[in-house]
Amino acid sequence: MEKIFSHPKSLRDTPTHYCPGCGHGIAHRLICEVIDELGIRERVIGIAPVGCAVIAYDYWDFDCSEAAHGRALAVATAIKRVRPENIVFTYQGDGDLAAIGTNETIHAANRGESLTVIFINNAIYGMTGGQMAPTTLVGQKTVTTPVGRESKLHGYPLKISEMLALLEGVKYIERTSLNSPQEILKTKQAIRQAFENQVNNIGFSMVEILSPCPTYWGMSPKESMDWIKNVMSREFPLGRIK
Amino acid sequence: MTGNEAIAQGALDAGCRFYAGYPITPQNELIGYMASHMTAYGGVFIQAESELSAINMVFGASSAGVRAMTSSSSPGISLKQEGISYIAGAELPAVIVNIMRGGPGLGNIWPAQSDYFQATRSGGHGDYHCLVLAPHSVQEAYDMVGRAFELADKYRMPAIILGDGMLGQMMEPLVVKSQIPNPKSQIKKPWALTGCKGRKPNIAKSFYMWEGELEKFNLGLQKKYKMIQAKEERFEGFMLSDAQIILVAYGSMARIAKGAIASLRKRGIKIGLIRPLTLWPFPKKIFQSISQGHKCRKILVIEMSYGQMIEDVQLSLGGKINVEFLGRSGGGVPTEEEIIKKVVSRKW
Repeated sequence: MEKIFSHPKSLRDTPTHYCPGCGHGIAHRLICEVIDELGIRERVIGIAPVGCAVIAYDYWDFDCSEAAHGRALAVATAIKRVRPENIVFTYQGDGDLAAIGTNETIHAANRGESLTVIFINNAIYGMTGGQMAPTTLVGQKTVTTPVGRESKLHGYPLKISEMLALLEGVKYIERTSLNSPQEILKTKQAIRQAFENQVNNIGFSMVEILSPCPTYWGMSPKESMDWIKNVMSREFPLGRIK
Repeated sequence: MTGNEAIAQGALDAGCRFYAGYPITPQNELIGYMASHMTAYGGVFIQAESELSAINMVFGASSAGVRAMTSSSSPGISLKQEGISYIAGAELPAVIVNIMRGGPGLGNIWPAQSDYFQATRSGGHGDYHCLVLAPHSVQEAYDMVGRAFELADKYRMPAIILGDGMLGQMMEPLVVKSQIPNPKSQIKKPWALTGCKGRKPNIAKSFYMWEGELEKFNLGLQKKYKMIQAKEERFEGFMLSDAQIILVAYGSMARIAKGAIASLRKRGIKIGLIRPLTLWPFPKKIFQSISQGHKCRKILVIEMSYGQMIEDVQLSLGGKINVEFLGRSGGGVPTEEEIIKKVVSRKW
């Protein structure tokens, strides 16, 4: 009988620390499946973020570095430049990539660094207890927007992917979601494309993944998935951006 | 060659193969020299978008096993402190050059030594130390950067070259090393991130989440620091054997102090100099030995600051000798004449 499903080799057998219904576990696994399928585990160096996924290296069974909050793309840039034969990727949340690290993000992209970026957009700060993110929707209640995000006070959800798409160094950006099995498969395809681009030295590639945070959205896992589909993906349209 | 250029060439000769920096006066010759020469050595040069990015690039290159350096001047070094803390916490080697200028704030671009506390106490958050080396000539700047890389690799920690605008801009003849060490002969780095082929994955990190983990790690760091304090403190003693008055100064300030000593000796005053070469670890032992039976009962600390190193001198002496101070900062540098006046006019 042909074995068609198994535990990815790049994913350690570790009990999860994520909340029920969180998207990080799915995204971690998809990355590992792609790395296994491309046969690049022994070449990969991952950069873990500051945020809920700070200990991503406890799940990933390949070389990893931490980075200070927002600085993952500076760390990744240097590793890739001194070891161009390695496959280097960052895994960053919305606060990391699009608030404190906006400068590093824009300049690594503009330099056209041959890197793969997995950008988890859950419209909230999870690790610190549910504060407003740059991608928090207008009206969305968080700890620091107790009556909901108000555009006059807090501006609008930052479309960092669309902004990066303007840069010549950027070769591939796609926005996907984890809200259904179909969307998860599309996400895996996009992650695969972003890694293949680096294998083929094409240039800066990023996948923005809309990911659920039931705990700080104050929803059940099912409601969170529905919210991504019906609300969040209207603000952040899915599909190929560049 | 200027001091800034000598530091850059010293780094290249020591096998530095990654440099990231951001322009700031008075260290711009260093970044310029690296931009012109690094690629010829097969290394990587990046002009980063900020000092934050530059120091985190150094973190990345070092985690991948490559000798890596950044440089800046005081305000830029303040921005790098978070990254230096992470480098110390992840036990990565790195060399950071601070060509100090006047502060606080934007200050000015004149030479100063006002960042002594920042360099020798942990400048960022957490209980850590950096090795701090203080050259006083262009030749010594060249030589010390090689030493800084060796020590940083040996102890897996950041090493700072603490110079000032005068040293950075000063031009002097330089003898470069005829025997450049083969980068392959450098210390092995089995911890480096290279891809996990044929071994278990390596992790570069400073995060210890579980109870007791961080304290255990920190105790290990403290043990390492104690060993370094026992083995690595260095100083230059200048005309010390019969000295009844001892000046204490480092870096460019020590050059001026030596000039003052030459004049004072002509007047028959028995005076010498202790010049710390390592500011961390601070050369405590020479001060301890002076406090126990040396002829000297008079010490004058001279700094281009309002009194920072003097605290280490006082701590080392344990209150047994009265310590006087002469310092200027913010554009002013204590002159030979001021030192002489202070020595001869003072009732000690």
